[in-house]
Amino acid sequence: MNWLIEFLGDPANWTGADGVPARLLEHLEFAGLSLLLAMAVAVPLGLWIGHTGRGALLVVLSANAARALPTLGLLVLIVLLMGVGTIVPVLIPLVALAVPPILVNAYEGVRGVDPELRDAAYGMGLRGRQVLFGVLVPVALPLILLGLRTAAIQVVATATVAAYVGLGGLGRYVIDGLATQDYPRAVGGAVLVAGLALAVQGLFAILSRISVSPGVSRRPGIR
Amino acid sequence: MITFDGVTKRYAGGTVAVDDLGLEVPTGEITVFVGPSGCGKTTSLRMINRMVDPTGGRVLLDGVDVTTIDPPTLRRGIGYVIQQAGLFPHRKVVDNVATVPRLLGWERRRARARAMELLERVGLDAALADRYPFQLSGGQQQRVGVARALAADPPVLLMDEPFSAVDPVVRASLQDELLRLQAELRKTIVFVTHDIDEAIKLGDRVAVLRVGGRLAQLDAPARLLAEPADDFVREFLGRDRGIRLLSFVPSGDLPLRTDLTVPVSTTASARGTAEPWLALVDDGGRPLGWIAPRSLPDSGTPADVRPEPYGTFVRGRDPLRSVLDAALLSPSGHAIAVDESGRVEGVVTREALDAALARATGDARG
Ligand SMILES: Nc1ncnc2c1ncn2[C@@H]1O[C@H](COP(=O)(O)OP(=O)(O)OP(=O)(O)O)[C@@H](O)[C@H]1O
Ligand SMILES: [Mg+2]
Repeated sequence: MNWLIEFLGDPANWTGADGVPARLLEHLEFAGLSLLLAMAVAVPLGLWIGHTGRGALLVVLSANAARALPTLGLLVLIVLLMGVGTIVPVLIPLVALAVPPILVNAYEGVRGVDPELRDAAYGMGLRGRQVLFGVLVPVALPLILLGLRTAAIQVVATATVAAYVGLGGLGRYVIDGLATQDYPRAVGGAVLVAGLALAVQGLFAILSRISVSPGVSRRPGIR
Repeated sequence: MITFDGVTKRYAGGTVAVDDLGLEVPTGEITVFVGPSGCGKTTSLRMINRMVDPTGGRVLLDGVDVTTIDPPTLRRGIGYVIQQAGLFPHRKVVDNVATVPRLLGWERRRARARAMELLERVGLDAALADRYPFQLSGGQQQRVGVARALAADPPVLLMDEPFSAVDPVVRASLQDELLRLQAELRKTIVFVTHDIDEAIKLGDRVAVLRVGGRLAQLDAPARLLAEPADDFVREFLGRDRGIRLLSFVPSGDLPLRTDLTVPVSTTASARGTAEPWLALVDDGGRPLGWIAPRSLPDSGTPADVRPEPYGTFVRGRDPLRSVLDAALLSPSGHAIAVDESGRVEGVVTREALDAALARATGDARG
């Protein structure tokens, strides 16, 4: 606790290239970009596989691969291959980390919709796309958002590895702090990362509150 | 009119769900498909709106082979109601009902206005319109399902066991509601059920299917009860066919006797009569029960005796089955006829009822 106050209470840690705002921004840049890229791939793919039932094997493989993936190892490998200088080496393992939970949940969400409901939708004359976007996605939204949230939190926590290969982000504090035995700095960095993960969690809670129909979340308090 | 012309459906696994089915579903009538589980009712129904395509034969809608019509276009012109209602959980009741009009390109306000109109039609309070489906009872959801199917005023309505998931009381009221709606709307309805009583109550014509998807008999309910085509149909129809048949015989032409009633406020002059039983009627004309004139005290009024139990029927509205029921409930063996407001019109004697029963069974045999 004292370490935390020591680190966060020092005005010098709030300005400059190694200040909290700058590091936070870098961290958000890695995490946000990776998440956006992963979403762009995994959401449409998961919805499509869930809707058509084609390519379900891909989902299973990706889910298993994710469990075995050594993020740090992958990062080091890519840096060796590509060298540093851009943030691309950091984005690749983070995207690889974020894709499986998004893909699996989007797929499961769509596939898990009550077949009777899907049947009723077709029976009324909705076309395939209308069934997917007008019925399946709204009903599967809680699960789709869960996948995004899981991915976001993992990416935020894991983006610390960027520091290992000389890039910025909040991981810098942890790595540098440990290297110089500046424990307040290391603990401060770790706490900031955890805080950011909590903020992400909160953000998604608000997001699902806004976007999920009360008829799906069965929220009390509506007539 | 919907025509099944030698329709066969063999599923990929090899199951023949429907085998060379040929029948006609007349416009403006309710045709019920009934039969044991797995006999191909659902499959037959779904070949009409192309949720399933036949592997042999043709299904014609007003003479047009349905497989020549793009499925979504076809389906928007055919109402479809399924067992669990299949309401969209994320949409409010009113928007569920407005689904097909919206698909047909109606603007939102018009579609919603139409939806509100239909909710009222199926007997739902307008206050339910802004609820989500999970906030409704099963019976209410089923009504919304019917309203949704009717929203774009399709000439054809397909209903697959729509009332089988609700309790018997709610089911009976949904059935009555459907008959009331149909009297107004005159849709061409194909109704699937495995409940023979429901089939007999709702159907203008009933198609009994046997497992393997073959038609066993297609007839009006009374005809079905009176003359089952074979042992399978007879067994499927179950017990009490004779009594159930009486549900189709009107009571309007039964002779009424008006001299067998006695107002409660008169003096005991009734003792003079030779009749063993008289129907006691209150000052408002409503029945109180049966009294035996012989048991009346020497002084006092009929009000002093405790009347025996009785049964009534509404003459002209209730069928002969209700008259028989009313007669069986009375020690006199007579049935009390009342008008729609419950006032006594007269008495149908056991003898008159016997004559009517004899005529009825004769008629049903053709
Ligand atoms: N998609 C399908 N693939 C393979 N076989 C099927 C399929 N749908 C139905 N069947 C088979 O076809 C037969 C008829 O099924 P169908 O659903 O039409 O019966 P049903 O009369 O509606 O029965 P229930 O009263 O139980 O609803 C059954 O043997 C069923 O197992
Ligand atoms: Mg069925």
